[in-house]
Amino acid sequence: MTEMMILGTRKGLLLFEENRGEWRFCREVFKATPVSYAMHNPRTGMMWAALDHGHWETKLHRSRDMGATWDEIPTPTYPENAEVNIRFAAENMPSTKPATLSYIWLIAPGGNDQPERMYIGTEPGGLFQSDDGGETFNLVEGLWDRPERQEWWFGGGRDFPGLCSICVDPRDSKHVLVGISVGGVYETHDDGKTWEARNKGLSADFLPEPQAEFGHDPHFILTSPSNPDVVWQQNHCGIFRSTDGAKNWQDISQKGTPAYFGFALALDEKDADTAWVVPAIDAEYRTAVDTAVCVCRTEDGGKSWTQLREGLPQDHAYDVVFRHALDLKGDRLAFGTTTGNVYISDDRGDTWRDLGHNFPPIYSVRFAST
Amino acid sequence: MAKVKYTTHLQKFFPTLKQGLAIEGRTIAEVVAALDSRYPGLGGYIVDERGALRKHVNIFIGDSMIADRERLQDVVSDDQQIFIMQALSGG
Repeated sequence: MTEMMILGTRKGLLLFEENRGEWRFCREVFKATPVSYAMHNPRTGMMWAALDHGHWETKLHRSRDMGATWDEIPTPTYPENAEVNIRFAAENMPSTKPATLSYIWLIAPGGNDQPERMYIGTEPGGLFQSDDGGETFNLVEGLWDRPERQEWWFGGGRDFPGLCSICVDPRDSKHVLVGISVGGVYETHDDGKTWEARNKGLSADFLPEPQAEFGHDPHFILTSPSNPDVVWQQNHCGIFRSTDGAKNWQDISQKGTPAYFGFALALDEKDADTAWVVPAIDAEYRTAVDTAVCVCRTEDGGKSWTQLREGLPQDHAYDVVFRHALDLKGDRLAFGTTTGNVYISDDRGDTWRDLGHNFPPIYSVRFAST
Repeated sequence: MAKVKYTTHLQKFFPTLKQGLAIEGRTIAEVVAALDSRYPGLGGYIVDERGALRKHVNIFIGDSMIADRERLQDVVSDDQQIFIMQALSGG
Protein backbone atom coordinates (compact mmCIF):
# COMPACT_ATOMS: atom_id res chain seq x y z
CA MET A 1 0.00 0.00 0.00
CA THR A 2 1.22 3.48 -0.88
CA GLU A 3 0.47 6.45 1.33
CA MET A 4 -0.05 9.73 -0.44
CA MET A 5 -0.56 13.31 0.60
CA ILE A 6 -2.64 15.56 -1.65
CA LEU A 7 -2.06 19.31 -1.34
CA GLY A 8 -4.46 21.77 -2.94
CA THR A 9 -2.54 25.04 -3.23
CA ARG A 10 -2.79 28.55 -4.62
CA LYS A 11 -0.52 27.46 -7.49
CA GLY A 12 -1.58 23.93 -8.31
CA LEU A 13 -2.02 20.42 -6.98
CA LEU A 14 1.02 18.82 -5.34
CA LEU A 15 1.22 15.09 -4.67
CA PHE A 16 3.64 13.43 -2.27
CA GLU A 17 4.28 9.74 -1.60
CA GLU A 18 5.63 8.12 1.50
CA ASN A 19 8.67 5.89 1.21
CA ARG A 20 9.94 4.30 4.44
CA GLY A 21 8.73 7.13 6.59
CA GLU A 22 9.99 9.87 4.27
CA TRP A 23 7.71 11.90 2.03
CA ARG A 24 8.85 12.37 -1.55
CA PHE A 25 7.50 14.85 -4.05
CA CYS A 26 5.69 12.85 -6.67
CA ARG A 27 3.78 15.11 -9.07
CA GLU A 28 2.64 18.66 -9.79
CA VAL A 29 -0.67 19.12 -11.64
CA PHE A 30 -2.65 22.19 -12.78
CA LYS A 31 0.50 24.30 -12.59
CA ALA A 32 -0.18 27.82 -11.31
CA THR A 33 -3.94 27.29 -11.03
CA PRO A 34 -5.54 27.58 -7.57
CA VAL A 35 -6.86 24.22 -6.35
CA SER A 36 -9.51 24.96 -3.75
CA TYR A 37 -9.92 21.33 -2.65
CA ALA A 38 -8.59 17.93 -3.69
CA MET A 39 -9.24 14.45 -2.35
CA HIS A 40 -9.17 10.73 -3.11
CA ASN A 41 -12.30 8.62 -2.86
CA PRO A 42 -11.13 5.23 -1.54
CA ARG A 43 -14.33 3.48 -2.63
CA THR A 44 -13.87 4.24 -6.32
CA GLY A 45 -10.16 5.02 -6.50
CA MET A 46 -11.02 8.35 -8.09
CA MET A 47 -9.04 11.47 -7.24
CA TRP A 48 -10.94 14.76 -7.45
CA ALA A 49 -9.73 18.34 -7.75
CA ALA A 50 -11.71 21.58 -7.73
CA LEU A 51 -10.01 24.46 -9.53
CA ASP A 52 -10.57 28.15 -9.03
CA HIS A 53 -9.14 29.80 -12.14
CA GLY A 54 -8.77 33.55 -11.76
CA HIS A 55 -10.31 34.18 -15.17
CA TRP A 56 -12.21 31.02 -16.08
CA GLU A 57 -13.52 30.46 -12.57
CA THR A 58 -14.56 27.13 -11.08
CA LYS A 59 -13.72 23.85 -12.81
CA LEU A 60 -13.89 20.22 -11.72
CA HIS A 61 -11.42 17.46 -12.64
CA ARG A 62 -11.15 13.73 -11.94
CA SER A 63 -8.30 11.27 -12.19
CA ARG A 64 -8.61 7.49 -12.36
CA ASP A 65 -4.86 6.88 -12.02
CA MET A 66 -3.93 8.72 -8.83
CA GLY A 67 -3.25 12.00 -10.50
CA ALA A 68 -1.23 10.89 -13.55
CA THR A 69 -3.95 11.96 -16.01
CA TRP A 70 -7.05 14.08 -15.47
CA ASP A 71 -10.40 14.66 -17.15
CA GLU A 72 -12.33 17.88 -16.83
CA ILE A 73 -16.00 17.22 -16.11
CA PRO A 74 -18.94 19.63 -15.99
CA THR A 75 -19.26 21.61 -12.80
CA PRO A 76 -22.52 21.58 -10.81
CA THR A 77 -24.88 24.27 -12.02
CA TYR A 78 -27.53 26.12 -10.06
CA PRO A 79 -31.08 25.83 -11.47
CA GLU A 80 -32.41 28.76 -13.48
CA ASN A 81 -34.74 29.92 -10.72
CA ALA A 82 -32.08 29.91 -8.00
CA GLU A 83 -31.30 33.36 -6.65
CA VAL A 84 -29.04 34.90 -4.04
CA ASN A 85 -29.43 38.09 -2.08
CA ILE A 86 -27.27 41.05 -2.92
CA ARG A 87 -26.26 42.56 0.40
CA PHE A 88 -26.14 46.32 0.46
CA ALA A 89 -27.92 46.71 -2.88
CA ALA A 90 -28.30 50.34 -3.85
CA GLU A 91 -31.74 51.89 -3.70
CA ASN A 92 -33.89 51.06 -6.73
CA MET A 93 -31.46 48.30 -7.74
CA PRO A 94 -32.37 44.59 -7.68
CA SER A 95 -31.84 42.98 -4.29
CA THR A 96 -31.32 39.52 -5.76
CA LYS A 97 -29.38 38.04 -8.63
CA PRO A 98 -29.22 34.62 -10.27
CA ALA A 99 -27.21 32.11 -8.27
CA THR A 100 -24.15 30.86 -10.12
CA LEU A 101 -21.38 28.59 -8.95
CA SER A 102 -18.54 30.74 -7.66
CA TYR A 103 -16.41 28.30 -5.62
CA ILE A 104 -16.15 24.63 -4.76
CA TRP A 105 -15.38 24.26 -1.07
CA LEU A 106 -15.57 20.53 -0.56
CA ILE A 107 -15.99 17.20 -2.36
CA ALA A 108 -17.19 14.22 -0.32
CA PRO A 109 -18.38 10.67 -1.01
CA GLY A 110 -21.78 9.44 0.16
CA GLY A 111 -22.25 6.49 2.51
CA ASN A 112 -20.80 3.02 2.07
CA ASP A 113 -24.09 1.75 0.65
CA GLN A 114 -24.10 4.57 -1.94
CA PRO A 115 -21.10 3.79 -4.13
CA GLU A 116 -22.14 6.28 -6.82
CA ARG A 117 -23.10 9.10 -4.46
CA MET A 118 -20.89 12.20 -4.36
CA TYR A 119 -21.54 15.53 -2.66
CA ILE A 120 -20.10 18.90 -3.50
CA GLY A 121 -20.29 21.89 -1.17
CA THR A 122 -20.22 25.24 -2.92
CA GLU A 123 -20.45 29.00 -2.73
CA PRO A 124 -23.11 30.51 -2.80
CA GLY A 125 -24.24 27.92 -0.27
CA GLY A 126 -25.60 25.09 -2.40
CA LEU A 127 -25.13 21.40 -1.63
CA PHE A 128 -24.96 19.32 -4.80
CA GLN A 129 -25.51 15.59 -5.05
CA SER A 130 -24.57 13.05 -7.71
CA ASP A 131 -25.84 9.49 -7.91
CA ASP A 132 -23.89 8.52 -11.00
CA GLY A 133 -20.37 8.85 -9.65
CA GLY A 134 -20.12 12.52 -10.54
CA GLU A 135 -21.28 12.49 -14.16
CA THR A 136 -24.14 14.81 -13.19
CA PHE A 137 -24.89 16.84 -10.08
CA ASN A 138 -28.19 18.26 -8.83
CA LEU A 139 -28.78 20.95 -6.25
CA VAL A 140 -30.22 19.54 -3.02
CA GLU A 141 -33.27 21.73 -3.14
CA GLY A 142 -34.65 20.77 0.27
CA LEU A 143 -31.73 22.60 1.85
CA TRP A 144 -31.54 25.45 -0.67
CA ASP A 145 -35.25 26.12 -0.21
CA ARG A 146 -35.00 26.66 3.55
CA PRO A 147 -37.09 29.79 4.14
CA GLU A 148 -34.42 31.53 6.23
CA ARG A 149 -31.68 31.14 3.60
CA GLN A 150 -31.95 34.57 2.00
CA GLU A 151 -32.02 36.38 5.32
CA TRP A 152 -29.74 34.32 7.53
CA TRP A 153 -27.12 32.81 5.23
CA PHE A 154 -24.44 35.25 4.14
CA GLY A 155 -20.82 35.56 3.15
CA GLY A 156 -18.01 35.89 5.65
CA GLY A 157 -14.59 36.37 4.11
CA ARG A 158 -16.14 35.71 0.71
CA ASP A 159 -19.15 37.34 -0.92
CA PHE A 160 -21.65 34.53 -0.36
CA PRO A 161 -22.18 31.65 2.08
CA GLY A 162 -20.06 28.54 1.62
CA LEU A 163 -21.12 24.97 2.31
CA CYS A 164 -17.83 23.78 3.83
CA SER A 165 -18.70 20.64 5.86
CA ILE A 166 -20.51 17.42 4.88
CA CYS A 167 -20.80 14.55 7.39
CA VAL A 168 -22.56 11.36 6.28
CA ASP A 169 -23.60 9.08 9.13
CA PRO A 170 -21.81 5.73 8.66
CA ARG A 171 -24.80 3.99 10.34
CA ASP A 172 -27.40 5.56 8.06
CA SER A 173 -26.43 7.24 4.80
CA LYS A 174 -29.70 9.16 4.69
CA HIS A 175 -28.63 11.01 7.80
CA VAL A 176 -26.32 13.89 6.89
CA LEU A 177 -25.05 16.96 8.71
CA VAL A 178 -23.73 19.96 6.80
CA GLY A 179 -22.13 23.20 7.89
CA ILE A 180 -22.67 26.50 6.13
CA SER A 181 -20.29 29.37 6.73
CA VAL A 182 -22.18 31.61 7.37
CA GLY A 183 -25.59 30.00 7.97
CA GLY A 184 -25.11 27.27 10.53
CA VAL A 185 -25.45 23.52 10.95
CA TYR A 186 -28.25 21.61 9.22
CA GLU A 187 -29.36 18.00 9.48
CA THR A 188 -31.39 15.69 7.28
CA HIS A 189 -32.72 12.24 8.16
CA ASP A 190 -34.44 11.59 4.83
CA ASP A 191 -31.60 11.72 2.33
CA GLY A 192 -31.79 15.46 1.80
CA LYS A 193 -35.51 15.94 1.27
CA THR A 194 -36.00 17.96 4.45
CA TRP A 195 -33.51 19.75 6.69
CA GLU A 196 -33.58 21.28 10.16
CA ALA A 197 -31.16 23.76 11.72
CA ARG A 198 -28.99 22.38 14.54
CA ASN A 199 -27.48 25.43 16.19
CA LYS A 200 -28.72 25.19 19.76
CA GLY A 201 -25.96 26.12 22.17
CA LEU A 202 -23.82 27.90 19.59
CA SER A 203 -22.95 31.54 20.02
CA ALA A 204 -22.47 34.04 17.21
CA ASP A 205 -20.91 37.17 18.68
CA PHE A 206 -21.14 38.93 15.31
CA LEU A 207 -24.95 38.93 15.49
CA PRO A 208 -27.12 41.24 17.59
CA GLU A 209 -28.61 38.10 19.15
CA PRO A 210 -25.71 35.63 19.55
CA GLN A 211 -28.05 32.71 20.31
CA ALA A 212 -30.02 33.19 17.10
CA GLU A 213 -31.54 30.11 15.53
CA PHE A 214 -29.62 30.66 12.28
CA GLY A 215 -26.69 32.68 11.00
CA HIS A 216 -23.90 30.83 12.83
CA ASP A 217 -20.46 30.30 11.38
CA PRO A 218 -19.26 26.71 11.66
CA HIS A 219 -15.88 26.89 9.95
CA PHE A 220 -15.61 23.10 9.90
CA ILE A 221 -17.62 20.21 11.36
CA LEU A 222 -16.68 16.56 11.78
CA THR A 223 -18.44 13.59 13.35
CA SER A 224 -16.39 11.13 15.37
CA PRO A 225 -15.73 7.96 13.37
CA SER A 226 -16.08 5.81 16.50
CA ASN A 227 -19.31 7.48 17.65
CA PRO A 228 -21.08 9.64 15.05
CA ASP A 229 -23.35 11.12 17.72
CA VAL A 230 -20.30 13.03 18.92
CA VAL A 231 -19.96 16.04 16.65
CA TRP A 232 -17.24 18.67 16.80
CA GLN A 233 -16.96 22.04 15.19
CA GLN A 234 -14.35 24.73 14.92
CA ASN A 235 -16.58 27.76 14.79
CA HIS A 236 -15.81 31.42 14.18
CA CYS A 237 -16.76 31.98 17.81
CA GLY A 238 -14.99 29.10 19.51
CA ILE A 239 -14.78 25.33 19.53
CA PHE A 240 -18.01 23.43 20.15
CA ARG A 241 -18.91 19.79 20.73
CA SER A 242 -22.16 17.87 20.81
CA THR A 243 -22.71 14.43 22.28
CA ASP A 244 -26.27 14.06 21.00
CA GLY A 245 -25.81 14.29 17.25
CA ALA A 246 -25.73 18.12 17.03
CA LYS A 247 -29.03 18.66 18.87
CA ASN A 248 -27.21 20.57 21.60
CA TRP A 249 -23.76 22.14 21.43
CA GLN A 250 -21.39 22.90 24.30
CA ASP A 251 -18.65 25.51 24.11
CA ILE A 252 -15.37 23.69 24.77
CA SER A 253 -13.06 26.60 23.98
CA GLN A 254 -10.47 27.39 26.58
CA LYS A 255 -10.69 31.14 26.97
CA GLY A 256 -7.37 32.86 27.56
CA THR A 257 -5.49 30.12 25.68
CA PRO A 258 -5.04 29.61 21.95
CA ALA A 259 -7.86 27.01 21.85
CA TYR A 260 -10.61 29.29 20.61
CA PHE A 261 -10.56 30.69 17.06
CA GLY A 262 -9.39 28.75 14.00
CA PHE A 263 -10.57 26.90 10.97
CA ALA A 264 -9.16 23.36 10.90
CA LEU A 265 -10.21 20.34 12.93
CA ALA A 266 -9.20 16.67 13.04
CA LEU A 267 -10.71 13.83 15.07
CA ASP A 268 -9.21 10.63 16.38
CA GLU A 269 -10.42 7.56 14.50
CA LYS A 270 -11.03 5.48 17.65
CA ASP A 271 -11.52 7.86 20.55
CA ALA A 272 -14.48 10.24 20.39
CA ASP A 273 -12.91 12.40 23.14
CA THR A 274 -9.76 13.25 21.19
CA ALA A 275 -9.47 16.07 18.67
CA TRP A 276 -6.94 18.56 17.27
CA VAL A 277 -7.33 22.20 16.19
CA VAL A 278 -4.81 24.71 14.87
CA PRO A 279 -5.65 28.05 16.49
CA ALA A 280 -5.27 31.54 15.10
CA ILE A 281 -5.98 34.98 16.50
CA ASP A 282 -9.59 35.74 15.79
CA ALA A 283 -11.21 37.78 13.10
CA GLU A 284 -9.33 41.06 13.50
CA TYR A 285 -5.88 39.56 12.85
CA ARG A 286 -6.00 36.05 11.41
CA THR A 287 -2.41 35.16 12.16
CA ALA A 288 -0.84 32.49 14.34
CA VAL A 289 -1.42 33.25 18.02
CA ASP A 290 1.55 35.26 19.37
CA THR A 291 3.23 34.67 15.97
CA ALA A 292 3.98 31.10 17.06
CA VAL A 293 2.42 28.03 15.43
CA CYS A 294 0.65 25.78 17.88
CA VAL A 295 -1.60 22.76 17.57
CA CYS A 296 -4.03 22.09 20.40
CA ARG A 297 -5.15 18.60 21.33
CA THR A 298 -7.80 17.48 23.74
CA GLU A 299 -8.13 13.91 25.00
CA ASP A 300 -11.04 14.51 27.35
CA GLY A 301 -13.75 15.80 25.06
CA GLY A 302 -12.63 19.41 25.29
CA LYS A 303 -12.41 19.77 29.07
CA SER A 304 -8.73 20.59 28.65
CA TRP A 305 -6.43 21.36 25.74
CA THR A 306 -2.70 20.65 25.43
CA GLN A 307 -0.58 23.02 23.37
CA LEU A 308 1.74 21.12 21.03
CA ARG A 309 4.65 23.17 19.71
CA GLU A 310 7.71 20.89 19.34
CA GLY A 311 9.06 21.23 15.82
CA LEU A 312 6.76 24.15 14.95
CA PRO A 313 8.04 27.72 14.43
CA GLN A 314 7.74 29.82 17.56
CA ASP A 315 8.96 33.19 16.26
CA HIS A 316 7.72 35.51 13.53
CA ALA A 317 5.18 32.98 12.26
CA TYR A 318 2.10 34.36 10.54
CA ASP A 319 0.71 31.00 9.45
CA VAL A 320 -3.00 30.28 9.45
CA VAL A 321 -4.35 26.82 8.65
CA PHE A 322 -7.48 26.81 6.53
CA ARG A 323 -10.42 24.55 7.34
CA HIS A 324 -9.52 21.69 5.00
CA ALA A 325 -5.76 21.93 5.44
CA LEU A 326 -5.38 19.57 8.41
CA ASP A 327 -5.79 15.81 8.10
CA LEU A 328 -5.29 12.74 10.22
CA LYS A 329 -4.67 9.10 9.54
CA GLY A 330 -4.03 6.82 12.50
CA ASP A 331 -1.43 8.55 14.65
CA ARG A 332 -0.24 10.75 11.79
CA LEU A 333 -1.32 14.35 11.25
CA ALA A 334 -0.33 16.87 8.60
CA PHE A 335 -1.24 20.46 7.98
CA GLY A 336 -0.41 23.14 5.46
CA THR A 337 -0.49 26.87 6.03
CA THR A 338 -1.31 30.13 4.33
CA THR A 339 2.37 30.96 4.18
CA GLY A 340 3.32 27.74 2.40
CA ASN A 341 4.62 25.59 5.22
CA VAL A 342 3.69 21.92 5.62
CA TYR A 343 4.22 20.04 8.88
CA ILE A 344 3.83 16.35 9.67
CA SER A 345 3.58 14.51 12.97
CA ASP A 346 3.78 10.74 13.38
CA ASP A 347 3.05 10.77 17.10
CA ARG A 348 -0.38 12.37 17.41
CA GLY A 349 0.99 15.88 17.34
CA ASP A 350 3.58 15.55 20.13
CA THR A 351 6.39 16.40 17.70
CA TRP A 352 6.39 17.86 14.21
CA ARG A 353 8.74 17.91 11.25
CA ASP A 354 8.51 19.95 8.11
CA LEU A 355 7.85 18.82 4.58
CA GLY A 356 8.85 22.19 3.16
CA HIS A 357 8.64 25.93 3.74
CA ASN A 358 8.21 27.51 0.35
CA PHE A 359 5.04 26.03 -1.03
CA PRO A 360 2.25 28.26 -2.28
CA PRO A 361 -0.53 29.11 0.20
CA ILE A 362 -2.22 25.82 1.02
CA TYR A 363 -5.98 25.33 0.82
CA SER A 364 -6.34 21.60 1.48
CA VAL A 365 -4.33 18.66 2.81
CA ARG A 366 -5.72 15.16 2.45
CA PHE A 367 -4.13 11.75 2.98
CA ALA A 368 -4.86 8.87 0.61
CA SER A 369 -3.96 5.18 0.63
CA THR A 370 -3.65 3.32 -2.66
CA MET B 1 -18.45 35.13 -40.76
CA ALA B 2 -16.56 36.98 -38.07
CA LYS B 3 -13.02 35.96 -37.27
CA VAL B 4 -12.26 35.11 -33.65
CA LYS B 5 -8.98 35.56 -31.83
CA TYR B 6 -8.33 34.54 -28.24
CA THR B 7 -5.95 35.02 -25.40
CA THR B 8 -3.26 32.35 -25.76
CA HIS B 9 -4.07 31.37 -22.16
CA LEU B 10 -7.08 29.44 -23.51
CA GLN B 11 -4.81 27.28 -25.66
CA LYS B 12 -3.44 25.82 -22.45
CA PHE B 13 -6.82 24.11 -22.00
CA PHE B 14 -7.77 23.75 -25.67
CA PRO B 15 -4.48 23.06 -27.46
CA THR B 16 -6.09 22.72 -30.89
CA LEU B 17 -7.77 26.13 -30.68
CA LYS B 18 -7.01 28.03 -33.88
CA GLN B 19 -6.51 31.79 -33.94
CA GLY B 20 -8.50 33.76 -36.50
CA LEU B 21 -11.08 31.06 -36.98
CA ALA B 22 -14.14 32.12 -39.02
CA ILE B 23 -17.19 31.50 -36.85
CA GLU B 24 -20.88 31.79 -37.73
CA GLY B 25 -23.11 33.88 -35.47
CA ARG B 26 -25.25 37.00 -35.52
CA THR B 27 -24.57 37.82 -31.89
CA ILE B 28 -21.72 37.20 -29.47
CA ALA B 29 -23.91 34.62 -27.71
CA GLU B 30 -24.26 32.70 -30.98
CA VAL B 31 -20.53 32.94 -31.62
CA VAL B 32 -19.76 31.56 -28.15
CA ALA B 33 -22.27 28.73 -28.72
CA ALA B 34 -20.66 27.92 -32.07
CA LEU B 35 -17.21 27.91 -30.47
CA ASP B 36 -18.47 25.57 -27.77
CA SER B 37 -19.79 23.18 -30.43
CA ARG B 38 -16.44 23.14 -32.15
CA TYR B 39 -14.42 22.94 -28.92
CA PRO B 40 -16.65 21.25 -26.33
CA GLY B 41 -16.29 22.91 -22.94
CA LEU B 42 -14.78 26.15 -24.26
CA GLY B 43 -18.03 28.05 -23.71
CA GLY B 44 -17.84 27.33 -19.97
CA TYR B 45 -14.48 29.11 -19.80
CA ILE B 46 -15.98 32.26 -21.32
CA VAL B 47 -19.48 32.42 -19.82
CA ASP B 48 -21.11 31.15 -16.64
CA GLU B 49 -24.02 28.70 -16.42
CA ARG B 50 -26.48 31.52 -17.16
CA GLY B 51 -24.63 32.55 -20.29
CA ALA B 52 -23.24 35.76 -18.72
CA LEU B 53 -19.67 36.74 -19.49
CA ARG B 54 -17.36 35.67 -16.69
CA LYS B 55 -16.30 38.52 -14.45
CA HIS B 56 -12.65 38.54 -15.50
CA VAL B 57 -13.15 37.91 -19.20
CA ASN B 58 -13.57 40.61 -21.84
CA ILE B 59 -14.85 40.32 -25.39
CA PHE B 60 -14.17 43.00 -27.99
CA ILE B 61 -15.81 43.44 -31.38
CA GLY B 62 -13.15 45.27 -33.32
CA ASP B 63 -11.79 47.68 -30.74
CA SER B 64 -15.04 48.06 -28.80
CA MET B 65 -15.78 46.10 -25.66
CA ILE B 66 -19.18 44.41 -25.83
CA ALA B 67 -21.97 46.20 -23.98
CA ASP B 68 -24.19 43.28 -23.00
CA ARG B 69 -22.21 41.14 -20.58
CA GLU B 70 -25.33 39.37 -19.30
CA ARG B 71 -26.92 38.01 -22.49
CA LEU B 72 -24.19 38.69 -25.05
CA GLN B 73 -26.63 40.13 -27.55
CA ASP B 74 -24.13 42.51 -29.19
CA VAL B 75 -24.54 42.11 -32.94
CA VAL B 76 -21.68 40.82 -35.04
CA SER B 77 -21.26 41.45 -38.75
CA ASP B 78 -19.41 39.30 -41.22
CA ASP B 79 -16.24 41.25 -41.65
CA GLN B 80 -15.56 41.95 -38.00
CA GLN B 81 -12.90 40.57 -35.71
CA ILE B 82 -13.77 39.33 -32.25
CA PHE B 83 -11.23 39.18 -29.47
CA ILE B 84 -11.78 37.03 -26.38
CA MET B 85 -9.41 38.33 -23.74
CA GLN B 86 -8.64 37.73 -20.11
CA ALA B 87 -8.89 40.76 -17.91
CA LEU B 88 -5.70 41.68 -16.10
CA SER B 89 -6.30 40.45 -12.58
CA GLY B 90 -4.93 38.12 -9.98
CA GLY B 91 -1.39 37.44 -8.82
